Amino acid sequence: MVRREGKDRLEGLQVPGYDIPDEVKGHVVITTLNRLYNWGRRNSIWPMMFGLACCAIEMIATAASRFDLARFGMEVMRPSPRQADVMIVSGTVTKRMMPLIVRLYNQMPLPKYVIAMGACASGGGPFKEGYNVISGVDKYIPVDVYIPGCPPTPEALLYGLMKLQQKIEKQSLKEVYLQKDEYIPEPVLGPDIMDPRDFPLIREYTMKKLEEMRESAVSSEQ
Amino acid sequence: MTTLVTVPELETRFAGVITPDTRKGYEGYIVDVQHLKDFAKALRDEYGYDYLASLTGVDYLPEDRMEVVYHVYKSTGGPGLVFKVQVPRENPIVPSLVDIYPGANFQEREAWDLLGIRFDGHPNLRRILLWEGFWGHPLRKDWREPYFEEEGKPYSSRWPEGKHFHHEDRNPFGKNVDYPPGFDPYTWEPETADEILYQAVLKRSEIRDDLRTERVVINLGPQHPSTHGVFRMIVTLDGETIVALEPVMGYLHRNHEKIGERNTWIMNIPYTDRLDYISAMANNFGYVLAVEKLMGIQPPERAEYIRVIMAELTRIVNHLWAIGFLLNDLGAFFTPALYAIEERELILDVFEAVTGSRMMNNYFRFGGVARDIPEDAWEKMVELVTDRLPRKVDELDRYLTESELIKSRTIGVGVLTAEEAIALSTSGPVLRASGVPYDVRRADPYSIYDRFDFDVAVRYHGDVYDRYLIRIDEMRQSLRILQQAIRDIPEGPIMAGKPQYQVRVPPGEAYGRVEAPKGELGFYVVSTGKPNPWRYHVRAPSFVNLIALETMCRGHKIADVVTILGSIDIVLGEVDR
Ligand code: SF4
Repeated sequence: MVRREGKDRLEGLQVPGYDIPDEVKGHVVITTLNRLYNWGRRNSIWPMMFGLACCAIEMIATAASRFDLARFGMEVMRPSPRQADVMIVSGTVTKRMMPLIVRLYNQMPLPKYVIAMGACASGGGPFKEGYNVISGVDKYIPVDVYIPGCPPTPEALLYGLMKLQQKIEKQSLKEVYLQKDEYIPEPVLGPDIMDPRDFPLIREYTMKKLEEMRESAVSSEQ
Repeated sequence: MTTLVTVPELETRFAGVITPDTRKGYEGYIVDVQHLKDFAKALRDEYGYDYLASLTGVDYLPEDRMEVVYHVYKSTGGPGLVFKVQVPRENPIVPSLVDIYPGANFQEREAWDLLGIRFDGHPNLRRILLWEGFWGHPLRKDWREPYFEEEGKPYSSRWPEGKHFHHEDRNPFGKNVDYPPGFDPYTWEPETADEILYQAVLKRSEIRDDLRTERVVINLGPQHPSTHGVFRMIVTLDGETIVALEPVMGYLHRNHEKIGERNTWIMNIPYTDRLDYISAMANNFGYVLAVEKLMGIQPPERAEYIRVIMAELTRIVNHLWAIGFLLNDLGAFFTPALYAIEERELILDVFEAVTGSRMMNNYFRFGGVARDIPEDAWEKMVELVTDRLPRKVDELDRYLTESELIKSRTIGVGVLTAEEAIALSTSGPVLRASGVPYDVRRADPYSIYDRFDFDVAVRYHGDVYDRYLIRIDEMRQSLRILQQAIRDIPEGPIMAGKPQYQVRVPPGEAYGRVEAPKGELGFYVVSTGKPNPWRYHVRAPSFVNLIALETMCRGHKIADVVTILGSIDIVLGEVDR
């Protein structure tokens, strides 16, 4: 019994192909630094405590006793981004909230991951056509795992988290360490939300629109 | 069902000022805009209509006018009264009623924000759900969103031919954005930086006293663990004492009303689930009531009972959640919430078996409910209602009510007097904890609530402790109703007529109000006989209850804000809609 538990606990740590004698299985593993490192990381992903909308309620339900996030080493939810590994975007992202989400994302330390939980965060969901809704958080920040559902059931969220674990497992130490922190400029709220990187495009578009308006005014006068 | 009255006496007294609304399907009076304030004042002081439930605007584009619609009730109960003012669409100005009904405050700001109706004399007429500087007033009928496709659904791109496209491919930015012609982002300056807001709050709190203490402005939220979502408060402090507080919202403004006016009638039901997402079926209830009133249909007996059962189970879910998270705010982190969530999960299991979904139930239909309760779910529910939940409510009560932690932090904190509570249009547990026994289920009965024997829970101190106690009381009353409902429920059909995908709604207006777990939830709908509603407005209890937040918080310590906010029990999906 003890041995079995140990085996589960060390799952993924052992490099396949080595013969470990039965009597020390669960106590001894042969592994690589990479595997050890990722094994540690994937079993204690700290999410940021951050709820946006209805999906957040299911996230809380997942954290509660029935579904028990602690099994994944994820029960430590803290509201500060500075100690978080993963941001679970749980709900509708509005234009008004977007600058703040980008700011929180920028404040997270590397390596960082983003889960888009639910239809809204993944692509706008039922509110996609709304004038104040961002059609998918990936328009501004990179997303690692998308979880469909409205809201995704706790089981779906758990599955999404396992997918994230699998992703982490595949990363190499080098890749993680040499990652550059990419600062994403915060969008600003003008007449509509504006990504600073889009400014030239916006000007081009509005000037063209003005031109067209003038032309149509002239042609209607004639 | 929600009724409205006409008072003949009013017509003689205000002859020439008010005229009965004679449009087909409409009720109430049209008041001359010049005399609105006198009329409202008389209504409140002389006729006893002291409770302004809902205030909203409607854009009648073809007739080129704007209308503001007021629903007022008596806080002693009984049917309500509706009156309207009409102003031209171009630069509409209506006198503000904030000094007569302080509860009009946020609702007027909302009408300004979304419809561009200016309220003359409003103390703080700024945008509330959108940000200052937003282009246009989105609920105007000629305003189009960036992803605009057609005026109403079903869109021809999807039905009947079904040639789907992605809006992203059509928008020049590939995003949900649009900018006014000639706008230059390089020379643009933000209209209201937060700084201006902070200054305004600071100025409001200036008190002339001899001790010139310094005021500090603190910003809480929108990403803050205690704000129950994306809500923000700007607080001015004198030492640790709150002197002014300004809620800032709109971080979850999902455009329910604009989308709702594009949707067909029936498409809106799943959207109502997402208003107050903790108590989805209570929202369904309010919406179908309003539309059924317009359609003039009555659900069969069994459906009425099922509705009541679902609504009351929802109330228990909501109050469990509210109490659990109030305790979170008090510092008992997550343990009480775990007790609450455990029971909630069991109720959600029943919901899932009945409706197919845990949270977003989409269960009510015009004229009935979507499907009958299956046998095993019924048994589970009966067991819950008759045995487990009463025990568990007692258990919560036993663990918490006498706890020193709770008592010392909640008694005498966040007091709202009965007069204030009525004037500020609060509803639900907040109103009743202040000693006003106003419960829509009793005061203006709808569905079959007049058949059940239950007490309207009421407490008299108006503090956080009473708002906590009243939720325990209400869960007990809900269980009482549930026990009667499962005893009396008849067999029979669950739908009046055949289920339809496209309902015909005759022209007219209707206001459906229910006692949702958080307070009075109202839906004001206007139909022109088309497949889509002309106006779809939600009077959300959490939104209106927040008006009272500043009154409750003033004079308390900063640490109490969190508790007081928790005791109002807001849900941002409903506040921002
Ligand atoms: S995906 Fe559905 S449940 Fe989740 S936030 Fe969006 S509307 Fe709410």
